[in-house]
Amino acid sequence: MTARERIAGSVANYVDERTGAAKWMKKNLTKVFPDHWSFLLGEIALYSFVILLLSGTFLTFWFDPSQREVIYDGSYEPLQGLEMSAAYASTLDISFEIRGGLLMRQIHHWAALIFMAAIVVHLMRVYFTGAFRKPREFNWIIGVGLLTLGIVEGFLGYSLPDDLLSGTGIRIAEAIVQALPLVGSYLAFFAFGGAFPGEAFIPRIYTVHVLLLPGAFLALITVHLMLVWYQKHTQYPGPGRTEKNVVGYPLLPVYMAKAGGFFFIVFGVTAFLGAVASINPIWLYGPYTPAQVSAGSQPDWYMGWLDGLVRMAPPLESYIFGYTISWNILIPGLIVPGILFTGMALYPFIESWITGDKREHHILDRPRNAPNRTALGVMSLTFMMVALINGGNDIIATTFDLTINQIMWFSRIGIFVLPPLAFVITKRLCLSLQRADRDLVLHGRETGRLVMMPHGEFVEVHEPISPEKAWLLTQHEQNPPLALEENDLRGVRRPGVIKNKLRARMSKAHAVAVPKATAEDLKEIEHH
Amino acid sequence: MSNEIEAIKDPGLPAHVHRRADTDPKAAKKAERQVAILFLLSSLGTITLIGAYIFIPQDVFIFFPVLGNTNAHQLFLGLGMAASLFFIGMGAIHWAKTLMPDEEVVIQRHEFRSPDEDRADFVRTAKEGAAAAGLGRRSLIKRSLGLSLGLAGLSPLILLRDLGPLPGDSLTKTSWKAGTRLVTDPGDRPIRPEDMEVGAVAQTLPEIAPGAHRKLSDIAKDAVLLIRLRPEEFNLDAERLSWTHEGIIAFSKICSHMGCAVALYEQQTKHLLCPCHQSTFDVTRAAKVIFGPSARPLPQLAIKVDSEGYLVAQSPFNEPVGPSFWERSS
Repeated sequence: MTARERIAGSVANYVDERTGAAKWMKKNLTKVFPDHWSFLLGEIALYSFVILLLSGTFLTFWFDPSQREVIYDGSYEPLQGLEMSAAYASTLDISFEIRGGLLMRQIHHWAALIFMAAIVVHLMRVYFTGAFRKPREFNWIIGVGLLTLGIVEGFLGYSLPDDLLSGTGIRIAEAIVQALPLVGSYLAFFAFGGAFPGEAFIPRIYTVHVLLLPGAFLALITVHLMLVWYQKHTQYPGPGRTEKNVVGYPLLPVYMAKAGGFFFIVFGVTAFLGAVASINPIWLYGPYTPAQVSAGSQPDWYMGWLDGLVRMAPPLESYIFGYTISWNILIPGLIVPGILFTGMALYPFIESWITGDKREHHILDRPRNAPNRTALGVMSLTFMMVALINGGNDIIATTFDLTINQIMWFSRIGIFVLPPLAFVITKRLCLSLQRADRDLVLHGRETGRLVMMPHGEFVEVHEPISPEKAWLLTQHEQNPPLALEENDLRGVRRPGVIKNKLRARMSKAHAVAVPKATAEDLKEIEHH
Repeated sequence: MSNEIEAIKDPGLPAHVHRRADTDPKAAKKAERQVAILFLLSSLGTITLIGAYIFIPQDVFIFFPVLGNTNAHQLFLGLGMAASLFFIGMGAIHWAKTLMPDEEVVIQRHEFRSPDEDRADFVRTAKEGAAAAGLGRRSLIKRSLGLSLGLAGLSPLILLRDLGPLPGDSLTKTSWKAGTRLVTDPGDRPIRPEDMEVGAVAQTLPEIAPGAHRKLSDIAKDAVLLIRLRPEEFNLDAERLSWTHEGIIAFSKICSHMGCAVALYEQQTKHLLCPCHQSTFDVTRAAKVIFGPSARPLPQLAIKVDSEGYLVAQSPFNEPVGPSFWERSS
């Protein structure tokens, strides 16, 4: 035994005799994780969060979250002598006086954008592969919670510098709060400590941004990861992979080296972006004043869809008994997002209600094999894309020489027409892909080799695919729709007929599929 | 359905294929060197970072294609940091992929459902616990506990009351009064009609005592935009026309939709556009909404000239300015 081994042994002994950790460690250090590039998306979100904590802590050492008015006397000449808030002045100081300050600000902002993008793409992966199914519904809900908190946290973060652009964003948020029936103006006055903009808001959101929400993130991310750990990761279908096993690499050493290395790569790429790609140059916007605004005011991308919905809303307000209800703010700003996010959070339960499937699922679906789910996902994304495009309508108008009105009307009509269209097209595409899979299994791969038959006919030679590939294309289940009778066995009508009919119809739509190739189909073909 | 028909069989895990480094010591040695080079590149990155921090002044700009004029201090600091982190990651992953064991491992899953016996035990324990506490029988305790918990939940809400004052009439009142002079923003100079040519736009605020400080929350309600047209270009009723002066018309600059500054004036079409959500207002028709999400025209301020010939307000705004709120009456 070398000296090093002896030391390692005695440390392990010391810890184990006090915690009994050896049993747990033995089991978990050899934990197996399946390998796939799409499983890295959630990791990117996790690592971006760590980068945000590190770079954010750096920024807090110099940032002064105060709306006290100061006269700027720093080294950025165009703003010298101007009145501004201490928050804005200290952000300028971080950018121009503190060495590495601008780099850290840009890393922090880029990491926030990557964090949100990674969450969204990770969510898409989980959705389209059906990874949210039993037993992972809790983790899906936690994920939707993290996405929602991320949007809020990001908005608060870019509002802190108190520049002209972000102040305009706060003004819009204030108008949404103020539009709430009954309590709106009271809530707005409480949040802002008086009339907008007041002097209390920046210090308050600072506490929320650096303490409250990061704490919530830490708690939720911990539970999210513990559940992944405990429930073991899902895996893609393939030869040798079943609902009962996990095929992959052990935590120690391979997975640890890869995941640890990947953290450094994500951090390195973020630092590279922070070094070469300018982001949120607040010194160009100037300090916030309510009487000014810059043309082309845009929120960060994850808020863009919300702004797009607000922009396309029709000019509707009701005046009832001396009170005002601003539908033009409430519908796009609260009601539609509320429906979208609630629907997203509840989707696992809705799908299992439709299919009646209450079993555990650990093998992921190929998106084409769940056409209804895939189509619904693409439909939702299309909705978001139309909203996002309209959120950038001013930029698009100037870039492509269109008028704002053209883009606005495209969006107003498109938001209703394009999502259902996307649903239909996606569903047809999925079924076509299923048909292609079936053909591939039954007739083999096209080789591109043409052969002339003795009687002069040309045929293309097909080559049978490997057994592994054939298994991949046929391993999925094809379950029949739920059989829900209107009457029970004694001929008595069941309660909730309409609900049952709806469920039966949705179940039928969900079960539409091209029959997959079976061994019998193959045998039959061989006979010919 | 298809379960009864014979399905295509799972051929099982494919046989493991060895990498070159697994069988060839030379290839393994080469991979080891590659990993070391990657780690060394990371060290070079850190040295670049330290060098940039110490030796490159913060005000040196250099030209780079694509990037344009770039601050050298910030650029090399960032590039050094990026390299220092990125190559640690690349080294670790190259190490894992070429030299660490790459044989796939299979472990078994277990159903999460507890055995029936444990579940029954759990239900029994929970029932016994509840029975021992007697919650079901002692309804007086149950109800009083519910009451006290509910009330205790209110206290955080009560304690947040002092976050801010009640709105009062703050949302409906501005600083404008009959006779308040319009002064330029910035500059605080009073304005005579002859200061504005036809087609000109001026951003104004109510005059304040010399040396007094303007609060942002006042500016957020008081900002007014002056626009001068030819009087015959107006399409106004008699009352609104009497609120203008020699073709000069005054509107609240705070958007009636969500409170942004309505800052874009198109001289040709005489439209005011809010850059936030593109609500468009027609100046000739008392800022009527002609496009976009806003439901109300911009409030118009009645103006005239005082005895010294400066523009003043005839009266305060006759409606609240800015975005809608519940208590707004129209």
